[in-house]
Amino acid sequence: MSISAQEAHYGFTERWLPRLVLAPSFLLTLIFLYGFIIWNCYLSFTTSRLMPNLTWAGLAQYQILFENERWWVAVKNLFIFASLFIGSGMAIGIGLAIFLDQKIRGEGILRTIYLYPMALSFVVTGTAWKWMLNPGLGLEKLMHDWGFIHFTFDWLVNSEMSIYTVVIAGVWQSSGFVMALFLAGLRGVDDSIIKAAQIDGASLPRIYWKIILPALRPVFFSTLMILSHIAIKSFDLVMALTGGGPGFSSVVPATFMYAMAFTRGQMGVGAASSMMMLATVAALVVPYLYSELRGKKNG
Amino acid sequence: MKKLKVSLLAASFSIAFSVHAADVEVLHWWTSGGEAKAAVELKKMLEAKGHKWKDFAVAGGAGDNAMTALKTRVVSGQPPAAAQIKGPSIQEWGDEGVLASLDDVAKKEGWDKLLPPVVANVMKYKGSYVAAPVNVHRVNWLWVNPELFKKANAKVPTTWDEFFKAADALQKAGIQPLAYGGQPWQDATVFEAVALGVGGSDFYKKAFIQLDPATLQSANMIKVLTTYKKLKPYTDKNAPGREWNLATSMVINGKAAMQIMGDWAKGEFLAAGKVPGKDFLCVAAPGTAAAYTFNIDSFAMFKLPNKDAEKGQKDLAVTLMSPEFQEVFNLNKGSIPVRQGMNMSKFDDCGKKSAEDFKATSAKGSLLPSWAHGMAMHSATQGAVADVISQFWNNDSMTAQQASVKLAAAAKTK
Repeated sequence: MSISAQEAHYGFTERWLPRLVLAPSFLLTLIFLYGFIIWNCYLSFTTSRLMPNLTWAGLAQYQILFENERWWVAVKNLFIFASLFIGSGMAIGIGLAIFLDQKIRGEGILRTIYLYPMALSFVVTGTAWKWMLNPGLGLEKLMHDWGFIHFTFDWLVNSEMSIYTVVIAGVWQSSGFVMALFLAGLRGVDDSIIKAAQIDGASLPRIYWKIILPALRPVFFSTLMILSHIAIKSFDLVMALTGGGPGFSSVVPATFMYAMAFTRGQMGVGAASSMMMLATVAALVVPYLYSELRGKKNG
Repeated sequence: MKKLKVSLLAASFSIAFSVHAADVEVLHWWTSGGEAKAAVELKKMLEAKGHKWKDFAVAGGAGDNAMTALKTRVVSGQPPAAAQIKGPSIQEWGDEGVLASLDDVAKKEGWDKLLPPVVANVMKYKGSYVAAPVNVHRVNWLWVNPELFKKANAKVPTTWDEFFKAADALQKAGIQPLAYGGQPWQDATVFEAVALGVGGSDFYKKAFIQLDPATLQSANMIKVLTTYKKLKPYTDKNAPGREWNLATSMVINGKAAMQIMGDWAKGEFLAAGKVPGKDFLCVAAPGTAAAYTFNIDSFAMFKLPNKDAEKGQKDLAVTLMSPEFQEVFNLNKGSIPVRQGMNMSKFDDCGKKSAEDFKATSAKGSLLPSWAHGMAMHSATQGAVADVISQFWNNDSMTAQQASVKLAAAAKTK
């Protein structure tokens, strides 16, 4: 009798304790994430200017947004930045991981060195690169001082090229992180498969290309997810490195949203632009989640 | 026992509440150097009147951060008594229905007589005073390093033609003519001075205050844009992103001969131990000697829930406009008093000249609000117009014609 009562009690806590423990964070997420997404979505359809205002305006704010040249510069910049940042970050990261995987001496030190940029915030990275890339302070001046007087590297102050300096700093920061993820993945690949391939006479590049990298598909996808959301929400790096300039040649959607909502008193346009960013993230994440969840069901 | 505790708690709450209510809370971003000193003076004067000063300083972002903080406070129904808001933003806040009228104070103190009408209009929302001005910055100044001019045997320019002549002479002598900071608001500051100098004050009024599309696309505007772009070869390559004070220090250290900037630049010269009239000259930007673009800091007053706090708020408004505060504040900040008829003997030559010109231009109708500093347009319009100017400056493939069409389109932003 007493045992069954205890069992019933145990069953009750087992069933309810996890829910109770999770409830606060679940509620907070519900309100502060999804609640505010809905609130922001609603604001994007209102006449809000300096402060939130609930007068319905239909798609007027989206129309203003799509007619704004600065917005399209921001979108184009995001496209350039995201593709180069993810592409070269991955390529360099995988390359470094493969080199470090060759059981070389001093791997521990090298790994730490490459991973170190990740420990810095984007603000620090941006400021440091701003000094290095400034023609009057950094690389260009150094080359001139060394006697190469025709050397020019003025991307930071050139409105055609400024977004590429953001790519350089971003790749520098994140490729070590990509390396760490892939190195962990490489260490997880079964040695016997590689040995077997070697016995069959496959060359090392071929082994990597045909066997090891395909085995790292999950690592590949999670890295892609992490880098693409860093790219879409990138704000601090641009603010610290170029401040969106020269002119507004290196603005990205996140800095556009901040300027509209907080400094120019156009909260409705700011809300509309952040809805567009949300849609971009969703377009990337939803198919991925869909394929992952479906894959699990099948497996 | 429990009851006692509860009542004690309630009592302490009500005490806390009543103390809180007598505070005068002021939101500002005067957190560095001379400005911080000025804020302390204000605090002292208000405390002498028996009020408690509650500091609400939010540094950074030239007031952007402070505005974000202010929005959250107003949305949650707890506005500060006063906040540093200027120009047409006062109208934007007025539209939100949160500002309190100061008409009784203004009437008693005679603000209509103490302030030029152009300035008074900025402080009013629908005909009643809602804000108190504290200072006047002149924006159309040219800061000159006379030693470099002597070296190049050049004359300090009073028109744009003379400017380019002097700039050529300086360049020939191996001196960089113009110190320039390539940030959107600085682009707008210089452009504004060029527009006033080349186009004149009627043109300025039509283009940037009335935002007349025909004027924005006129031959005059194209001439202004061309003149503005002509400045670029006289600046250095590293200008993009440079802070204004670093550009000023180039003039101080003899690396560049001139800078076009508002009179906050004076503080940098004085801090470096330079003497006005000897080590550096302040002259009106070329062609603008008979005009004056102003940038006025002011405090807007918010509607408050109780009478005690309102009393403190009104005393604050009186203090802000008092001759004592206007003098000590502006001596610290490098600007001039907005209150007219004051004794200027403690101010330096630049300040005295600024005050004279302020009075003279006010009588002639060429006292103009500076659009680059948020005195003439709503923030959305100002941002869009500044975007075009910045883009034109930085993008060498854009023609003046294209820029003027874009300007007219940007001016329609509401």
